[in-house]
Amino acid sequence: MALNQLSVFVDNTPGALSDIAEVLANADINLRALSIADTERFGILRMIVSDNKMAISVLKGKGYVVKETEVVGVKIGDAPGKMAEALKVLDLAEINLEYLYAFCARTDKHAYLVIRVADNQKAEEVLEAAGFHMIQDSDVAKL
Amino acid sequence: MPLKYFQEKAETMPLEEIQKLQSEKLVKQVRHVYDHVEPYRRKMDELGVKPEDIHGIEDLHKLPFLSKSDLRDEYPRGFLAVPQEECVRIQSTSGTTGRRVVAFYTQHDVDLWEECCARAIVAAGGTKGDVCQISYGYGLFTGGPGLNGGSHKVGCLTLPMSSGNTDRQIQFMMDLGATILCCTPSYAAYLGESLKERGIAPEENPLKAGIFGAEPWTEEMRQAIQKSLGIKAYDIYGLTETSGPGVSFECQEQQGMHINEDHFIAEIIDPETGEVLPEGSKGELVFTSLDKEAFPLLRYRTRDICILSRKKCSCGRTFIRMTKPMGRSDDMLIIRGVNVFPSQIETVLLKEGYAPNYQIVVDRVNNNDTFDILVEMDDETFGDTVSSITGREKALVAAMRAMLGIGPAVHLVAPHSIQRSEGKAVRVVDKRKLVTDSQWLGK
Repeated sequence: MALNQLSVFVDNTPGALSDIAEVLANADINLRALSIADTERFGILRMIVSDNKMAISVLKGKGYVVKETEVVGVKIGDAPGKMAEALKVLDLAEINLEYLYAFCARTDKHAYLVIRVADNQKAEEVLEAAGFHMIQDSDVAKL
Repeated sequence: MPLKYFQEKAETMPLEEIQKLQSEKLVKQVRHVYDHVEPYRRKMDELGVKPEDIHGIEDLHKLPFLSKSDLRDEYPRGFLAVPQEECVRIQSTSGTTGRRVVAFYTQHDVDLWEECCARAIVAAGGTKGDVCQISYGYGLFTGGPGLNGGSHKVGCLTLPMSSGNTDRQIQFMMDLGATILCCTPSYAAYLGESLKERGIAPEENPLKAGIFGAEPWTEEMRQAIQKSLGIKAYDIYGLTETSGPGVSFECQEQQGMHINEDHFIAEIIDPETGEVLPEGSKGELVFTSLDKEAFPLLRYRTRDICILSRKKCSCGRTFIRMTKPMGRSDDMLIIRGVNVFPSQIETVLLKEGYAPNYQIVVDRVNNNDTFDILVEMDDETFGDTVSSITGREKALVAAMRAMLGIGPAVHLVAPHSIQRSEGKAVRVVDKRKLVTDSQWLGK
């Protein structure tokens, strides 16, 4: 069981993002984390949400393109230097990051990195070998 | 002493004589076509029309129409009306909609075409001693070869520049004293800007006139070109199917193009019903070539919408005049001189795995056509990284370029984001201002 992220294509027009937020809100979906890759013409909204299945269903129903992508979710200590430690592991294994974003949880004193690389399995292996803990979709609901 | 006409007798023939000549030639041409062009004979037989039913131009309306798809279906030689060994040349359309149309020419046909171009050059003030810079493309495209031949016939020094390489164009123009420029209007405008950038004022270049065609251009654009190059700018019209440029051309009046009626009969029809419309009506232009041996098309539908006028012209030419094409009766777009059909774009999209949800946006910025295609993504074509989307856009540009011959800018957009009108996606947004009726003959 891996961590699955949702990506939504967003036209660079006023209100585009607010419309998506409203669709998710109406379906009672909680956002754990998000990041936006933006270009001049469009954006890609990437999200970790409380209920992927429901989110996909309501977004598609509204005509959005949505992609579910496996990413690596790494639990790290919520303290200075913790992200650097995790990234160092990937660096030593010569794993190139495609993108990364992070969030903190309310319940435990931890932060989480959401990482996209070409080979998720390899990244998880080297991180686990270095003592890091991976999170899955089922963990997200509990955070 | 500048020439007034290249072939005065033909160009100033009284109307009755033109019509008599056309009638004689038509009767012969119909016989020639019926005897040698099997697909047209089939069309005539289907309508029950025989060559002996055609006694003159009054019977022209009895003949069947030809369309571009008829020609394409018979690629490459179906409409060749003489043995191939009689031919000395081919030219071809860009073939952007799939099969090309190959036009064959005997030496007689080449001469006739070049004479038509020579008439255009003389009408623009050209004479022996002029230096003609031909900056149309050479090769299968008819622009370069046609004006090149016309320039020879007039006796001008011909600079066969072809298109592109602006530095060299300007160098030869200045060093060899080019007096007449022949190219697309957008390239003429571009040359005007390039001269300005190099600090060469309009009165410092040696040009006096320009003959511009192969793409739609406006009266405003004419004014801009005339100003930036310090010349008089003349329009020329033609299509590969009827030989190439020179089917019609402007005179000093710059009020519509005289059709070479000793070689071609022009009709205006209602594009829906095919009914022939009276002079002065706006409709689709149809050409019958009277003298061509190798590729003699009867009643060829150009799909160009225009108006014909017999109003007397002060230049003394008696040939009927046509407006610039005001639009198309099909959905073809002419972008940077290249014919583009939305169906081609659809073909590329389907081949590349996209749903055919797209919009073509054409505009004219600084006298150059812009060409954008918006394409809606779906779950299959959406990748979650910026590089995957820009990579897909690049791949589509390459595929479009291979199909169309020109490269559009492709933008992937969100599903359902393309403007729809009554549920139907708006396929083409052409923001270029084309000529309006009111610009015709000062009306």
